[in-house]
Amino acid sequence: MWIKVHLPHSKWRQNLTIPDQLYAGACVINVCPPLPCQFGKDSTEAWVTDLQHCKLQLLIMALRSAVCRLLVNPQRCAIISASRSQGSAAPAQKDAEKASEKKAKAPKVQFNWRDGLELEGQLTEDEIMIRDSFRDYCQDKLMPRILMANRNEVFHRDIVSEMGELGVLGPTIKGYGCAGTSYVAYGLIAREVERVDSGYRSVMSVQSSLVMHPIYAYGTEEQKEKWLPRLARGEILGCFGLTEPNHGSDLSGMETRAKFNPSSRTFTLTGSKTWITNSPVADIAVVWAKCDDGKVSGFILERGMKGFTTPKIEGKFSLRASATGMIIMDEVEVPEENLLPKVSGMGGPFGCMNNARYGIAWGSLGAAEFCFHAARQYTLDRIQFGVPLARNQLMQKKMADMLTEITIGLQACLQLGRLIDAKKAAPEMISMLKRNSCVKSLDIARQARDMLGGNGISDEYHVIRHVMNLETVNTYEGTHDIHALILGRAITGLQSFTVNT
Amino acid sequence: MSPASVFVCLSLTLLSDYPVIRVKPDHSGVVTDGVKHSMNPFCEIAVEEAVKLKEKKFIKEVVAVSCGPTQVTETIRTALAMGCDRGIHVEVSGKDYEAMGPLQIAKIFAALAKKEEASLVILGKQAIDDDCNQTGQMTAALLDWPQGTFASEVTIDGEKVKVVREIDGGLETIKISMPAVLTADLRLNTPRYATLPNIMKAKKKKIANMKPADLGVDMVSRVEVLRVDEPPTRLAGVKVETVDDLVAKLKANGTI
Repeated sequence: MWIKVHLPHSKWRQNLTIPDQLYAGACVINVCPPLPCQFGKDSTEAWVTDLQHCKLQLLIMALRSAVCRLLVNPQRCAIISASRSQGSAAPAQKDAEKASEKKAKAPKVQFNWRDGLELEGQLTEDEIMIRDSFRDYCQDKLMPRILMANRNEVFHRDIVSEMGELGVLGPTIKGYGCAGTSYVAYGLIAREVERVDSGYRSVMSVQSSLVMHPIYAYGTEEQKEKWLPRLARGEILGCFGLTEPNHGSDLSGMETRAKFNPSSRTFTLTGSKTWITNSPVADIAVVWAKCDDGKVSGFILERGMKGFTTPKIEGKFSLRASATGMIIMDEVEVPEENLLPKVSGMGGPFGCMNNARYGIAWGSLGAAEFCFHAARQYTLDRIQFGVPLARNQLMQKKMADMLTEITIGLQACLQLGRLIDAKKAAPEMISMLKRNSCVKSLDIARQARDMLGGNGISDEYHVIRHVMNLETVNTYEGTHDIHALILGRAITGLQSFTVNT
Repeated sequence: MSPASVFVCLSLTLLSDYPVIRVKPDHSGVVTDGVKHSMNPFCEIAVEEAVKLKEKKFIKEVVAVSCGPTQVTETIRTALAMGCDRGIHVEVSGKDYEAMGPLQIAKIFAALAKKEEASLVILGKQAIDDDCNQTGQMTAALLDWPQGTFASEVTIDGEKVKVVREIDGGLETIKISMPAVLTADLRLNTPRYATLPNIMKAKKKKIANMKPADLGVDMVSRVEVLRVDEPPTRLAGVKVETVDDLVAKLKANGTI
């Protein structure tokens, strides 16, 4: 069902809704400003896809004046014209009465399905401004690129520089050209970017939590001055080398070795890492390797070092908009200055990962929100058996479940963010929410794909891309099951990672 | 001598997000409670231009000004996050705010511009809720300053400003002396996204508070809104079979 709307100001896009009772037959013609359009950046006409999504005056007028019963032919794409017919005066009357009655009583709290528990009121003014500004950027500049980037497996390096300009890389770091915002703001940023694509959010997470954070938390002052400002601006891109082909969940068993050479005061690194986001195009890599004392340490490897190669992983059907590869180290000589001295042992990588996992907990809900909204929109638009799909109980139940999980998930993430900002958060809390957000989001995306029917497998509708991506998001940074074991250990005091003890 | 300060005057407009804009049952106006408001898009363009001029070192200071209730401070804060140095909030609320029109606003801006010795006053060409397109022009007239309205390009050339204006017939280039009033049109620039560091810095920037009375402006409106109605329903079209029928109908209608 297409409705033609004339707009004088085509720059601003918004969503439009109409009162429910008008769904069955309504139209909007020649609506006066301001009426933002959703399509056609420079056109003065917009095609609004959904009857639910028509705006204001004339629809209200249709109710009020009630002389027109607007005819709608669902088959044709057409301008709908109003025709005089025997509308009843009763609906118009009732509406006017209801309106005046409302004024007398206390205002009824309207449920907002977009924000089930009023998260908006729990954010500071700063956080709202940051989120709004970044959301505009994501929708304006990232959304148009993602379709082809995902289809053709192209990584747009530019987005890193663009995000750097906006100051969203390493946002929680204080100084060194970083913004120094709260962790809640970081979560909101992750949510907005993942609403577009999990691959883009992975790039942002890696740069912020897995490259900038370890340098900030475990590096020397010289290292911080040398690397952080350029990483913050997106001038250079980093990657994080921890996972190995033979050691994924079992990180402490890593085989990459760093041998210290006292004569040259360098470390020789040998080993391989895999599933490394950004590695094929990264300028630096923060690599974790076992030293002579058997403890794990972090090293900064720079592109150009002899023996350091980063082959791309082909045949990936997830996070296609982000470049993923291996890190192969064949006796790479790393100067002592590139060792991250302030941490030794697994605490280092885990500290970084907790930081990233927190961002993922928020982020995956952003992807889920996109899928939920897309499914809602689609089922409202699509007419089968004479009614919109959304009229069906099975559809509504699925949407109710989506709404509930997203709303509850976001509240939990907000609380976690506030705890982290107050330095009162334990790693298990982050595990709990990363695990919850990811599994719920994956389920929501799958349900949404199902609701979209055949169209659900087309990347034009975007949902299938989220389904594809969330498989990885559910797996990396600790699988669903591994986080369960982390929580199980906290609950029972008994570890169940290994069989031996 | 480079101009000292530029005033960017902002308007907070009704931007309906998902709620529907309704005419009040008593036809006195439009329901604004609960409707999302934000900075007028043309004002965003004006802010961007002012900040650009400051970055090019043509001006020293950009002051963001707005009149209205407390909500308006959010708009000023956004302008500060885009790069303005300080803000001024002229408090107008309640009945005064409902009756406030371009003339009252222009009087306030004119008084402020004089008081703070601004060299340039930049506004959006019109607000998208009332589409008046009067405030800029009135401000210029009250100050007796030259005006460059519908600007699609602004260049500062010593003590003068070269303005390319979008007019019905095409583009008109004028040169006006400062101090002057400019109004921003759509193609003047693309407003920047407020960056995180700037949003954080905006918290520390000052927003001064004042009332119209402090500026000696009387807010009484000489305009009385009699009635507000929605546009009339569009009537059904009539289909005709032949051109002759069409001509006959048009003649019968009185159209030709």
